[in-house]
This record gives sequence, structure tokens and C-alpha cells, in this order.
Amino acid sequence: MMRWLLWLLAGALLGGIVHLVTVLVLPATATQDAYARFAVIAPVNAVTPVPPPTPQNAVIPFMDPAFAAAVCRYDLSAGPIKLRVPVSTAYTSVSFYTRRGVAYYAINDRAAGRRVIELDLMTNEQRANLPDDEEVTAADRLIVESPTSTGLILVRALAPETSTMPVAQGALNSARCQTDAKS
Amino acid sequence: MRLIFGCLLAFAIAAVIGLGATWLTLSRGTAFGAIPIGAWTAWPKTGTQDADPYSRATIARSGELPVGSGDGVAFLARTDDNGQSLDGRCDVLINGITPQARFWTITLYDPQGRLVANSIDRYGFTSQEIIRRADGSFEIAVAPRARPNNWIPTGGIEGYVLMLRLYDTPVGVATRAAREAPMPNIQVRACP
Repeated sequence: MMRWLLWLLAGALLGGIVHLVTVLVLPATATQDAYARFAVIAPVNAVTPVPPPTPQNAVIPFMDPAFAAAVCRYDLSAGPIKLRVPVSTAYTSVSFYTRRGVAYYAINDRAAGRRVIELDLMTNEQRANLPDDEEVTAADRLIVESPTSTGLILVRALAPETSTMPVAQGALNSARCQTDAKS
Repeated sequence: MRLIFGCLLAFAIAAVIGLGATWLTLSRGTAFGAIPIGAWTAWPKTGTQDADPYSRATIARSGELPVGSGDGVAFLARTDDNGQSLDGRCDVLINGITPQARFWTITLYDPQGRLVANSIDRYGFTSQEIIRRADGSFEIAVAPRARPNNWIPTGGIEGYVLMLRLYDTPVGVATRAAREAPMPNIQVRACP
């Protein structure tokens, strides 16, 4: 009897370990995460419009149908990325996600405080290698550091009323995301 | 022989407990960093780099992209104020006000996060579209059949969830209580 209780206890302990390990390992093994889904429609280092979600079709679940969206699937291995997003009339936001879909940075038009949101995206290493004499850095350029060398940038513009959706989509058409040419 | 049976038993229990707990926590959501207000729950930390391992696993499994904390915060409701699961065959009333935000949207999804097909292609409202009372409060009918004023059709599906997203809002990781973030009530009016 005692022996079986011990086996039960061992099973429960092992179960706890199985639980923790599966939760920690799951993000690395997921094949249908957001990055994988966008990899099908979005080329690397370019802004691609995301088709608006419909009941039959949505690239990722829980998309907000009130927004026009565009995605930049970035790869920083060739150098930093420059992102340029003109803000639309209502509300524009830019969100940065790691390869595993963790939101590490997000900014909206009001926080950016300009007509155009301009950002430089680079890895921690590329940031450390920036020449010190670039005084303009602090004043003019907003630098975002990516924890992973690949990931997603989601650019969204709100259509406050359904009829303004074409305007919001049009605003995103001129968004740019490209590798820094100078290096 | 006993040793083999013992091992098998232990492994079976481990698999059931371990995988069961993983499945449960990922499909129900955990209490880590959750802000429950009435029927609504937000996980503002999920939109930051400090996201806990459970929300990371949930995100990876579903393929969704959480609202970043510099963008806004999302409140999810799976039940009404009495804890009953939301049923698309019932008439449900959302009534009240929302926390301070530049814009907000409310959207109806099926439990997997897909929009629900309906005859008027309406999946929710934005704060600009909603018809309000003189004091700024509003009422939204979530029902299978047409209702006057603010109506979100359910398409008659069995279960659905509601997502209220606040954009450019002070509500976030630092929010603690309902008085900082007054969320609307969700009440079932009639059920067939």
C-alpha cells in the first residue's frame, strides 16, 4: 500500500515537471505562431498590407476589424532597419514583436508627436557598435532595440467608422520598412 | 514486475497531470498579472517584455499578437456578470461606460478568435460609432436578431467572447482596481 502511494506521489511530482517543461518549450515548437503565419504572405524587410479579417479568413486570430493593418517581417542580420510610417487622421500605432510574438515595444502617433513616425530598429549588438559621434541620435532618431534578430512590426491605422477604412488603408500604403542603405 | 507497474503508473499520472495542467492553463488563462473587472479581464503584462511563460505559450499556440502596452490594453469577457458563459442564442445587454481612452473598440469573436458571420457584416463597434445617452454612457445589444440602436449580431452561435480594447489609455500594468477603470456590465436579458 505504502509503495503504491509513493508511486502516486512520484507520478504527481513528475507531472509538475512535465507541466513546467511543456509550457516553457511550447513557444519554440509552435508551428502556427504569428511569425509563421505572416511568413506565408509577407516578404522579408518590406511593408505588406494585411488582408482585413473576415469570418472565413484571418491571418491571425483576434485581429481588430476596426483597424487597417500592415506588417513588416524583419530580419536584422544584414543590418539595421529604417521604419517610416506617416500617421493617419484618427489613430496610428506601431508595435514590435519578437520572433515568438512577445510585444517588446509599441508607440502611437501621439507619443511619437509628429506627422511621421520614424524609427531605427537594430539588435543590441548593432546598437553597441554605433559610432559615438552620432550626436543626432538622441535628438532626431528614435532607436528601438530588438531582442531577436527576426520578428514582426505591426503597423495599424484606425478607421473610426467603417466608411473610413479606405482612408486608413491608404495611409498605410506609404509606410516603408527597409534595410539601412549606408552600411 | 512490481517495479514496472509502478513506473508505468507514475508515468501515466505524470502525463495526465502535466499535460492536463498545461492544456487547462493555456485555454483558460492564468491569474498571473490579470486585472479582473466585473466580467472583464485584462492581462496588460502580456503586451510587454515581462510577459510570463504562460502568456508566451498561449500567444505561440494561438498565433495571436497581443496589444502592445504602448498601444493599448485588451479586456476579454467570456461570461456575463453572473459567470454564465456567453451564448449567442440569448439577448445580452452591455451597459455602462468605459475607462478613459482616446479610442476604444468592442468586438465579438468565437472562442478561437475568429469573427462571426452575420447578415450585416458587423463584428463590433468603435467608440466613434456608438450611439450614447446624454451622460455619455451607452447600451449595446448583443443578440441573434436585429435590435434598434447599437446591435452586435451573434449569428446565433453557441459560444462567443467579447474583446474591449482601449487605445492610448492610462489603464495598464499599474491599474489595480475597478474604480480606476470602470467597465460596462454584461447582463443576459432573455434566453430561449
